[in-house]
Amino acid sequence: MNTLKKFLGLIWMILGPLAMTFLFLQAIEKVGLTHTDIERTNTILQWAIILFIFLPISIGLMIFGFYAWKGEYDRLPESSGEL
Amino acid sequence: MSETLPKNNIFKVIGASSLGTLIEWYDFYIFGSLAVIIGHQLFPEDAGASALINTLAIFAAGFIVRPFGALVFGRLGDLIGRKYTFLLTLVLMGGSTFLIGLIPSYKSIGYAAPILVLILRLVQGLALGGEYGGAATYVAEHAPENKRGFFTSWIQTTATLGLFLSLGVIVITKNLLGAETFGDWGWRIPFLLSIVLVVVSIYIRMKMHESPLFSKLKAEGNVSKNPLKESFNNKANFKMVLLALFGATMGQGVIWYTGQFYAQSFLENTCKLDFNDSRYILLWGIAFATPFFVIFGAWSDKVGRKWIMLSGMLLGVIFYRPIYQIFLDDTDFSKVEQSDVLSSKPDPVTTVPIANANDSLRTVSTQVLLKNGASFYKVQADTLSATRGLLTGKEIIRDKVLPKPIFWKFVGLIFFQILLVTMVYGPIAAFLVELFPTKIRYTSMSLPYHIGNGVFGGLVPFIATLIASFAGSTPLSGLWYPIGIATLSLIIGTIYLSNKKDERIND
Repeated sequence: MNTLKKFLGLIWMILGPLAMTFLFLQAIEKVGLTHTDIERTNTILQWAIILFIFLPISIGLMIFGFYAWKGEYDRLPESSGEL
Repeated sequence: MSETLPKNNIFKVIGASSLGTLIEWYDFYIFGSLAVIIGHQLFPEDAGASALINTLAIFAAGFIVRPFGALVFGRLGDLIGRKYTFLLTLVLMGGSTFLIGLIPSYKSIGYAAPILVLILRLVQGLALGGEYGGAATYVAEHAPENKRGFFTSWIQTTATLGLFLSLGVIVITKNLLGAETFGDWGWRIPFLLSIVLVVVSIYIRMKMHESPLFSKLKAEGNVSKNPLKESFNNKANFKMVLLALFGATMGQGVIWYTGQFYAQSFLENTCKLDFNDSRYILLWGIAFATPFFVIFGAWSDKVGRKWIMLSGMLLGVIFYRPIYQIFLDDTDFSKVEQSDVLSSKPDPVTTVPIANANDSLRTVSTQVLLKNGASFYKVQADTLSATRGLLTGKEIIRDKVLPKPIFWKFVGLIFFQILLVTMVYGPIAAFLVELFPTKIRYTSMSLPYHIGNGVFGGLVPFIATLIASFAGSTPLSGLWYPIGIATLSLIIGTIYLSNKKDERIND
């Protein structure tokens, strides 16, 4: 199980930047599809919010993957006292 | 310490905490339910700059601000105590809701109206971000070890009951005043009424004592000096924050939003069900399923939290597409045989000029009643062009009313989806509380909870719509987002989470 945890850690590390790239490309595409100035500004604003929120989350996923790959989740704390 | 609390005292603790949280959800939902009316009253009719403010007010408060509220109030809760912090969030939430009900219309004060709405919405989002962690922590720290899941699950019911209460108050007010008066000024009443509920809740909460575990920590001088730093700068704890987010709350968030919100939106917008039918189906489903929050919370005390939550995610992954396919198939009235039609009654034809053109839009609407009790409107909208004559548009079938057997079948399918919500959501408060130590619990548990629910869950409608806009997509394509996120959370939770409960949370 610990080997699987480590192997999947690599996947989580790759998944973070992949998801961000996908969102960024989507943002460019959707802004490009707008017709009016106000529609464009609103779309930019919405996507800026999405990218702003998901950037730290995808970094979090990478860190999670890194910890998993390093074997940090091989044994979880038995009680909150160990934290 | 908590084991010695008298039974009636723990129910007072649960009552005080749940009532406040229920009111916060009520406040949050009435804005969503009345957004269109508020838009007409408090925003200018032409889009312009207010569209930006509108977008921010509706969009940002839901996603950005809640995690920040979790950080701000979580920190306060770990520094000064649970009781006073979630008293503060209640005052902020109730106060801002009441004030939204008092804002003069755009016609009276111009752009000050939408700007005030935005500010009050941000305060609401912050307060909501701080409330849940406080209530869950407070109840858990009073509950006996072997009933933590059962007691905290009462807090979990409040999000659903808040939705119920908001819908009920809106429907009653609208029926009493009439649609026109309600749209004019009556919409303010649900906002103003919230102050009564908040005052009652503040009175009850003021009489409560501080959490015994936090009081003990304070007496021993062990209160955290910097909960944010200890939560996120301490590697051992930060690892658990990440695990809680990716292994549990992320999947829980999408299952919750799909079952309770996306389902209603799908029935109304994609299946084109009648406004009342889609709401009644949801309300019945919620009414039957709500007790299961407590049942699964209590069961998690016996078998552990992990597998109940992950089973809810697994069932969602397996059954979402078949369920929504049934919704589509059973509401497809396009191939109704003439022999099934009981009557067909056309409404008067309407012709409306199209702005900035010499053309008009002609709408022919026909109400069709079927022998099995179903009904729907066939709407044919054509353009009368000044230069090109009649341009035939597409026929739309909408406002569908289902025959009774199908109606109850849909109630069953919504009940099943909300049952999954109760599986993932019922045990989660106890699960999060047991993951973190007392001195940084409020801060540590609030953030993954609000990112899971506010961001991953709250974005279900947006991302589902986005996926549906891809080339080659079908009406079911939007479901890939909750299915994908739930699958990811299911894999991470299965492999990395432990089912072991921490019996001692008083350290």
